Amino acid sequence: MILSNLESKWAGFLDHDVTYSFLHSPTAIIAAIITVSFFILSFGAPFITSYTPFDPGSLDLMDGFIPPAWTSDGVAEHLLGTDGQGRDILAAIFYGTQVSLTVGLLSVVLSISIGIPLGIIAGYFGGITDTAIMRVADVQLTIPPILIALMIDGVARTVFTHSLHEVVAIPVLIVSIGIASWPQYARISRSGAMVERKKDYIAAAQLIQTPTYLILIRHIVPNVFGPTLIVATIGVAVAIIIEATLSFLGVGVPPTAPSLGTLIRIGNDFVFSGEWWITFFPAFTLVLLVLSVNLIGDWLRDTFNPKLR
Amino acid sequence: MAVLEVKNLKVEFPTRRGVLTAVDGISLSIEAGEILGIVGESGAGKSLTGAAVVGLLEPPGEVAGGEIILHGRDITHLSDKEMRKVRGAQIGVIFQDPLTSLNPLYTIGRQLTETILTHVRLSPAQAKDKAISLLHEVGIPAPEMRLNAYPHEFSGGMRQRVVIALALCCDPSVIIADEPTTALDVSVQAQIIALLKRLAKEKGVATMLVTHDMGVIAEAADRVAVMYSGRLAEIGAVRKVIDEPKHPYTVGLMGSIPQIGQNLKKLPNIPGAMPRLNTRPIGCAFSPRCTKSQDICKIKIPDLSPIPKENRHAACWLYQEENEYA
Amino acid sequence: MISFTIKRLFQSVLVMLFVALLSFFLFNFVGDPISNMVGQETSHAEMDELRDRLGLNDPFIVKFGRFLGDAVQGKFGISYRLQRPVDELIVERMPATLELVFLSAVIATVLGVLGGLVTGLKPHSWFSKFILTGSLLGVSLPTFVIGILLIYIFAVTLNWLPSFGRGEVVDIGGWRTGFATVSGWKALILPAITLALYQMTLILRIIRSEMLEVLRTDFIKFARARGLKRWDINFGHALRNTLIPVITVTGLQVGSLIAFSIITETVFQWPGMGSLFIQGVQFADVPVMSAYLVLVALFFVTINLIVDLLYFVVDPRLRSDLKGGH
Repeated sequence: MILSNLESKWAGFLDHDVTYSFLHSPTAIIAAIITVSFFILSFGAPFITSYTPFDPGSLDLMDGFIPPAWTSDGVAEHLLGTDGQGRDILAAIFYGTQVSLTVGLLSVVLSISIGIPLGIIAGYFGGITDTAIMRVADVQLTIPPILIALMIDGVARTVFTHSLHEVVAIPVLIVSIGIASWPQYARISRSGAMVERKKDYIAAAQLIQTPTYLILIRHIVPNVFGPTLIVATIGVAVAIIIEATLSFLGVGVPPTAPSLGTLIRIGNDFVFSGEWWITFFPAFTLVLLVLSVNLIGDWLRDTFNPKLR
Repeated sequence: MAVLEVKNLKVEFPTRRGVLTAVDGISLSIEAGEILGIVGESGAGKSLTGAAVVGLLEPPGEVAGGEIILHGRDITHLSDKEMRKVRGAQIGVIFQDPLTSLNPLYTIGRQLTETILTHVRLSPAQAKDKAISLLHEVGIPAPEMRLNAYPHEFSGGMRQRVVIALALCCDPSVIIADEPTTALDVSVQAQIIALLKRLAKEKGVATMLVTHDMGVIAEAADRVAVMYSGRLAEIGAVRKVIDEPKHPYTVGLMGSIPQIGQNLKKLPNIPGAMPRLNTRPIGCAFSPRCTKSQDICKIKIPDLSPIPKENRHAACWLYQEENEYA
Repeated sequence: MISFTIKRLFQSVLVMLFVALLSFFLFNFVGDPISNMVGQETSHAEMDELRDRLGLNDPFIVKFGRFLGDAVQGKFGISYRLQRPVDELIVERMPATLELVFLSAVIATVLGVLGGLVTGLKPHSWFSKFILTGSLLGVSLPTFVIGILLIYIFAVTLNWLPSFGRGEVVDIGGWRTGFATVSGWKALILPAITLALYQMTLILRIIRSEMLEVLRTDFIKFARARGLKRWDINFGHALRNTLIPVITVTGLQVGSLIAFSIITETVFQWPGMGSLFIQGVQFADVPVMSAYLVLVALFFVTINLIVDLLYFVVDPRLRSDLKGGH
């Protein structure tokens, strides 16, 4: 009985349009596999690799500048070679991806938690509240998030002393990127809330004097959340790019616990002397990661809301 | 001779769960000066029939069979380019929503002359004169002044008149009006219906009036075709069909229209709903809801056949001669 | 129109005042300007005296007023790091950035709009699919990665183009331009492409989706029903209706070019305002940061103003709204 119930559920799941669309989209499947692998490899890094690339004690300068294993000077212990200080590039990429993913995800979580409430309030209440919130959002939207993040990061740099800065660098990054991107989530949830507000069942709820906060939480939020999350997927890709860019510019994650962007920055100095692998592999990883997340985001958007195309 | 003839038209939508037949073998014809109403619930296939005639089906929808004959010429399989010359020139189209049918960024004068010049060799000045006379014809006051107005500067009813003027640009012999009054106020509806009737009578335009509103049909149409689930249930003179409906579906449909002077506790309705395209029964699509349903109804689809001694047709086993159970 | 322009100008001034306030706060409360100016051996009494002399002990409103007065004249104090007036530094570096941004804007807009049109009008052609796949890769490639890649291919491996600097510049009335020499152009190619690529992809994708959206509207369907030529429908009706979002997005993207020039300038060691700013951030050089903030805001506000005014040219509905009609 339970088994057949499960079976029918499973069959229903397989037959569902979303599942169908996923199983028939090779790009979505590959992108999903790559993204999941990135999560496993980066957060499982301590169990996968024995190298601790950012523990200065474990490094040996004698191991520096070893090219990838398949080139004539390569060694099997360092599959993707090493950098100038003898760090294993592959291990550095694992740990770097971890930083990139953490910053990317947490900053989007922050943007959403600012954007959705403000957007819903603006859309549901309208009037002056709406004008005030959306004016600020519109002004901020005209300025690229990366510039705002840079500004906030710059201010934080002047506020915190140099020694403290390394400790707070990652939280500061998350906050700067998070604040820099809230307006787009506010916009989406605002339009969602406006559509929902006009529906009859909301009028009915108001008529029986349901408290406003309950209407918002029970009826508006669930309807706004889905579309926002779809956009947020692409937001994660954007956040990862912003983080990498800031780190590349030398104002993001410090070199003591580098992200992919920091690794590319370090490697960039060696492009001219021919040690291409130090920057190439982190850059390739970054592009692959962002591309996969973008592909998933695109697929989600096309599947759940073809009109957004 | 009929101006427009549709024979056994089929419209299909190939989907990943199989081919859906939205219009399943419709045959009808319209004479010059005649208004044929096509009525049915939403999803019955009436709008698709209209769209198929002018070659404006949205992909993946396609004409899968049958013939469309305009003035004795088969236009079913015309190329895009040839069909473009038919549309707007020989067949005029009117859509439901006058608010969205007009390009908001151009003056109506520009939209009119553009249509005229696309199909007819005229000088811009002549086209402008023609545009003014068209606006006059559809009853827009001071047409010379209104030529430079933008669509948003007109009321809904006036906009629908502009839309009709656009459909009339090249003196078409056929007009396909898809729910032309649905988006309008009741008082404006009557004016638009009167206009369509006048055009049919005065200019001899054969009009296909697609609507879900029996009131509009009763007011405007000469003959009516009742559609149910992609097929014709009944077709005939409008008074006959309204006063003595034959097909049980039509009977139900007429019963659900309230009449003045009638004292009803509750508006009668037909129990159940029209089947979705993918859940149509094997036999007559109406049989699950039909009170007079017989065994054969569930097995075999009835053909549209003439009712003896009456100039009309119904697709129901009750009126089929080969029905040995009747 | 005039009242609208005045209203918009007023709003722009408000935004600028807000940004000035931010910049002022940055200047006055973030870090201690005195300790940034004096050596470590300076006594407290001396520092207090300096504070008085610089007016740092004045009331807030007086200080802000003075800041505004200075800002309007382009005075933002002296760079902590370079020990030179900030306005001098910026004027020196502005031509480099503006030339880079200008060329990138041309590349991004022209190619972006063309690509967007092609992919929007023929969404199923292989060319569109190719461009779309490419554009997805384009938005996934961070600007600095593109820069490094181009440097590695064209500067390091092929040795065709320089990897850093502006090449030879010619001083024309105080404006040092790279457009006048071959080496200047050569130096400009890689940075301009790097900067343009990301913005181009965004413009392309927006135009494509707007085009698809408009092609689905009723008035496009109606234009088709009127038998208009495909070319007229696509470029006369559809394109015109995509212009508003396109103007908005293109305006925003051109604005973004200023921001993204920070990255490009860093990668190519381009001696512009962006690299000045990023060094300012790295060294907590507050005067440089606040000056750049105000300057960039001014740039964005100007672009927004231009975009708003362009709406009028495009959309008649806005024009008549302001005439006091409807």
